[in-house]
Amino acid sequence: MVEVTLWGSLSAAAGGQSKLDIEAKDIRELFRKLAEQYPAFEPLIDRGIAVAIDGTIYRDTWSKELPPGAEIFLLPRLAGG
Amino acid sequence: MNFDPRYSGRSFSSVGTRPIRPDGVDKVTGRARYGADFNMAGQLVGRVLRSPHAHAVIRKIDTSKAEKLAGVKAVITAADLPDLTDGDAAMYDILDNCMARKKALYDGHAVAAVAAIDARTARQALKLIEVDYEVLPHVTDVDEAMKHSAPLINDAIFTEGLEEKPVKPSNVYKRTQYGHGDVHQGFAEADMIVERSFKTEQTHQGYIEPHACVASVNPDGTADLWVCTQGHFVYRQHCAQLLGLEASKLRVTSSEIGGGFGGKTHVWAEPVALALSRKAGRPVKLVMTRDEVFRASGPTSATSIDVKIGARNDGTITAAEATLRYSCGPYAGMWAEIGAMTAFACYKLENVKTVGYEVLVNRPKTAAYRAPSAPMAAFAVESAVDELAKDIGMDPVDFRIKNAAQEGTRASYGPVYGPIGIGPTLEAVKNHPHMKAPLKQNQGRGMACGFWFNFGGQTCTDLNIGMDGSVSLAVGTVDVGGSRASLSLVAAEELGIDYSQVKAVVADTSSLGYNDMTDGSRGTFSSSMATISAARNAIKVLRERAAQMWDIPVDDVVWEKGHAVAKGEKHGNLGKLSLKEIAAQSGKTGGPIAGHSELVADGAGVSFATHICDIEVDPETGSTRVIRYTVVQDAGKAVHPTYVEGQYQGGAAQGIGWALNEEYIYGKDGRLQNPGFLDYRIPVCSDLPMIDTQILEIPNPNHPYGVRGVGETSIVPPLAAIANAVSNAVGVRMTHIPMSPPRILAALEAEREG
Repeated sequence: MVEVTLWGSLSAAAGGQSKLDIEAKDIRELFRKLAEQYPAFEPLIDRGIAVAIDGTIYRDTWSKELPPGAEIFLLPRLAGG
Repeated sequence: MNFDPRYSGRSFSSVGTRPIRPDGVDKVTGRARYGADFNMAGQLVGRVLRSPHAHAVIRKIDTSKAEKLAGVKAVITAADLPDLTDGDAAMYDILDNCMARKKALYDGHAVAAVAAIDARTARQALKLIEVDYEVLPHVTDVDEAMKHSAPLINDAIFTEGLEEKPVKPSNVYKRTQYGHGDVHQGFAEADMIVERSFKTEQTHQGYIEPHACVASVNPDGTADLWVCTQGHFVYRQHCAQLLGLEASKLRVTSSEIGGGFGGKTHVWAEPVALALSRKAGRPVKLVMTRDEVFRASGPTSATSIDVKIGARNDGTITAAEATLRYSCGPYAGMWAEIGAMTAFACYKLENVKTVGYEVLVNRPKTAAYRAPSAPMAAFAVESAVDELAKDIGMDPVDFRIKNAAQEGTRASYGPVYGPIGIGPTLEAVKNHPHMKAPLKQNQGRGMACGFWFNFGGQTCTDLNIGMDGSVSLAVGTVDVGGSRASLSLVAAEELGIDYSQVKAVVADTSSLGYNDMTDGSRGTFSSSMATISAARNAIKVLRERAAQMWDIPVDDVVWEKGHAVAKGEKHGNLGKLSLKEIAAQSGKTGGPIAGHSELVADGAGVSFATHICDIEVDPETGSTRVIRYTVVQDAGKAVHPTYVEGQYQGGAAQGIGWALNEEYIYGKDGRLQNPGFLDYRIPVCSDLPMIDTQILEIPNPNHPYGVRGVGETSIVPPLAAIANAVSNAVGVRMTHIPMSPPRILAALEAEREG
């Protein structure tokens, strides 16, 4: 079980909750379960969500493991110049 | 990904040296081929007809007269680029931006295009195209566009991110919010509060090379595109989707690039050139003029930002708040959101709140510009921080050091930081001789900090070893800032050979797997990771081949300093085998020797910089001159320090132009008044002092060598550092960028009048 913190605009997709407890071993499973439990997440995941694990931002490595006790933070998927 | 990207703390032989750049001779002798330097047999000239109106319904376009003109081979409108975006709103916006469909949304919006046998005929044909416009009211100012009375640009936009879904459309596409703690409580605890509003005007990336491409669509559905771009694989995806082509049948080759800075991450003219070629049945070259580049490509947002920061008398910030309004052009964007995320990222804050508003205006579609959105937010925040330090009576550097984020700090955008470099850059600035140098009359000194995320992404690299022992490295990230040199250094480091034995090229889209584009400061970060992985795979093959040559188990062979070495007492009489010796026998030991890598390079470390600027202001004319400028930035590990310094200097130079002169000026008619380098003043060499640099190396734990991106952060602090310097020079807080002479004079006059 990991605790996931949602950035401000994302909490609307989870019915106003800013923190969720999700049973997930990696980012792929996290996204799958988020979409199952909160269907409003699906288009947002398609549009792009990044996952910060203990402060390091992962945009595409969906196989990245979510260590127990790690801080998991969901952020918009950004681009640079 | 079977590759361990963790920082290893190794020592280096090649990485960190400064060899001559491999592309230098071609570039200074004119042999390098840029976007417009490519030609094909039977090639036509493409030209684009653009809207003279800022906002207008396109009632009808009559192309019949143009089509009848001798020498015209194709005329296209939006009808020739049907909507194939399948509900993808972002792609639809790109399509509409390439060729207006129902409305022209800004001065310069493409409405039709021609392909003709020469430029003269193409220009004549444009004049023969008749467009029936219904001119609509327009709005170009970000604050005006937010008013209820503003002309509505897109009646399908209902502001997202509000607690209640709005019942009326507006020009505000989205509201976003970041932060933590309780800012009301924090401000109540403050002894001193600074609250100000700031504005920044729209600027262009100002790349010297205009957008240029040659497109050739063949009757069998295959196509070629030669183009100046930051990401040819992304261009392939976008063009294929917009044109209905199969991506694998569209080969895109990237030319040398004369600057991009984010502006060449978008397709603009390329789908148009492909559509013209498809209709004409011949190759088409399309080169944008400078006027077109300004009017119809790439500018950054104009902004309007309110900042409020409170602190105790001991210098501890108790609360920080900002509202950021960013223009997006006429399409949805997330520019204010990035500003809201980056605004306070340098600081350790218990109570922080930022709100961003994405605002549609009748200006060109906003594009990324080097650490997009961060410089404007930093200008507002760092100006207020400087003022607050002064009000409290603290040195501005000490004030920032006291409040700087550190490992374990919760970032204002959410997560907790790992190892970061803001503190060390501030300490380096505090101890830098520049801070102690005397100033003369009418001169002022300012400093400021900046933050950028940095990104990685999908990356593919091939490393091929020739039979003569030379190494060719094929990468898919376009070299916009010297990555061919840095990646060659990395390959040499891993293989244990000399840099001169490695030649790096940027491969076309048919020769290599997909690569994300060179943006987000990812070129060297990502492709060096893939190069290390590819080199290690090649070393595995080299060891196997050496084992064959010696007829011993491969487990007994190790790779040391460019040689295979047989380990163990029973192999004591075997001499080393060099890479060259193994390569020479490759035909008899299993064929070509290569290493490949396909990976997602994630974990790019965030980056911080602190800049110092001395400026002299003429109080009679308001003219300014930068006297001295110093950049201190964390690079993680500088692979090729000269290029890193160049990135630092380039970001500072662009920031100086943005801070002091550059500005899109629109007339009341909504038309851009200064679409050329005579009236849109970017700094040239004679405007600038030598920009000093100091590279700090705080290793990124998520890269084998500790590399962080370096391309973007250097443009974040300059607006604020220069504004602080000017404010200190004239004794008036400057709140509007650019600080052009008229604006400085106006501020001085307002101060005199109280």
